[in-house]
Amino acid sequence: MAEHREFFYRRLHSLLGVIPIGLFVVQHLIVNHFAVYGEEQFNTAANFMANLPFVLVLETFVIYLPILFHAVLGVYIVFVARNNAKRYGYLRNWLFLLQRVTGVITLIFIAWHVWETRVQVALGNVEVSFSLMEDILSNPFMVAFYIVGILSTTFHLANGLWGFAVSWGILQSPRSQKVITYGTLLVFVVISYIGIRTIVKFAYGI
Amino acid sequence: MAEQNTITFIITRQDSPDSSPYKETFKIPYRKNMNVIAGLMEIQRNPVNANGEKTTPVKWEMSCLEEVCGACSMVINGYAQQSCATLIDELEQPIRLEPMSTFPVVRDLVVDRERMFDDLKRIKAWIPIDGTHDLGPGPRMDEQTRQWAYELSKCMTCGVCLEVCPNVNDKSEFMGPALLSLPRLYNAHPTGAMNKSERLDALLDDGGVSGCGNSQNCVQACPKGIPLTTSIAAMNRATMIQSFKNFFGSDTN
Ligand code: HEM
Ligand code: FES
Repeated sequence: MAEHREFFYRRLHSLLGVIPIGLFVVQHLIVNHFAVYGEEQFNTAANFMANLPFVLVLETFVIYLPILFHAVLGVYIVFVARNNAKRYGYLRNWLFLLQRVTGVITLIFIAWHVWETRVQVALGNVEVSFSLMEDILSNPFMVAFYIVGILSTTFHLANGLWGFAVSWGILQSPRSQKVITYGTLLVFVVISYIGIRTIVKFAYGI
Repeated sequence: MAEQNTITFIITRQDSPDSSPYKETFKIPYRKNMNVIAGLMEIQRNPVNANGEKTTPVKWEMSCLEEVCGACSMVINGYAQQSCATLIDELEQPIRLEPMSTFPVVRDLVVDRERMFDDLKRIKAWIPIDGTHDLGPGPRMDEQTRQWAYELSKCMTCGVCLEVCPNVNDKSEFMGPALLSLPRLYNAHPTGAMNKSERLDALLDDGGVSGCGNSQNCVQACPKGIPLTTSIAAMNRATMIQSFKNFFGSDTN
């Protein structure tokens, strides 16, 4: 294993993007969607999640450590590419560039989002609740920031599923790669809808 | 159509591996059905630039002149391709010629593709048939596999797939698409398969298969139409299985 370090880290990076980070993101967006049904439903769901047994351990191993590893290696991977999508403007090359751009946007978004919610809760400054998100999203700039951040994350995850399937040798034939490209487009649309719908509720109450 | 009587080349030149590049413009008489190399030969015959000054003839590499040796690759109007197989009539003017940026420049349009040849050794891109005695004829390959393998064997290490790949550059060790496809060819050969795990282990090393980021430019740019991305995905699977065998398997893999 020691000699094949780069291979091991790259495949781990790829796997962590899907399990657990990808699963967590989908779960997070779905649970937050409770907001659409009403303030009470959201608060019940959020409290349930926040009071899971061993919540700190779960958060650390399912969320923090995997994202930290994926983000650190991800930034390195972004740095070692010389993008040339302008010159060689094929679809996959643009998606390759977008995977890197959305990775960086997602990193900024997650850092800010965690600071403003989870860290503030830990410091005892606020409580997780419907009104916390309503407050944050009463600022139109933050609405735009959250929408960009969510779309960036969902694109990165959806297109990343395709990359995972190719990097692990699951999709080999050009046909399967093409069909799954459409499949990941569908994933992108569906999870984006779930995420954006929740933002609309917090920001505009509808 | 006075334009049609001359062809303008803007060529990125470099006098030696260490000197800095510069651009020089040439105008040469038009002939029908010229390829880019015919234009370069014209400049070689009469090395006078567009300002009418005498200059050194532009250097380039070529051998087969029929797109099978791979020596004449360069960046023509922004796209890496073979200068012998690129027709002037199909190009927009002025025609810009640059050396491929992935490789060290030797002089003008001549680059040193040695890194590819070194990597051919790393991945054991051959089939060992030598012994101390006559080993006899090897096992036969079925016709369907042979025809499929022939497509992969068209690789001429021209370097175009490395040039177009965003992950092959001076910041990365990645060996490049061609070198990921060739192990598939040699592993498919009945005799070559005897060294299968050695080739896969070489792909598992740093700079091997893990360098691919799936931009898939290579398969678009390959002049021989080799299914490079299918090969890479197949090697992704094979190296993954190999790495599981290496870690979990017994003492024979
Ligand atoms: C919500 C957070 C994230 C999720 C769900 C996620 C998910 C994924 C997935 C599934 C992949 C596909 C793996 C592959 O291509 O083999 C991937 C790739 C990638 N991720 Fe992330 N990621 C996240 C955050 C980030 C961050 C913060 C960065 C840092 C800039 C990043 C950078 C990258 C890069 C560069 C790739 C491409 C790797 C390659 O082509 O080899 N990701 N991500
Ligand atoms: S001279 Fe051989 S490929 Fe062009």
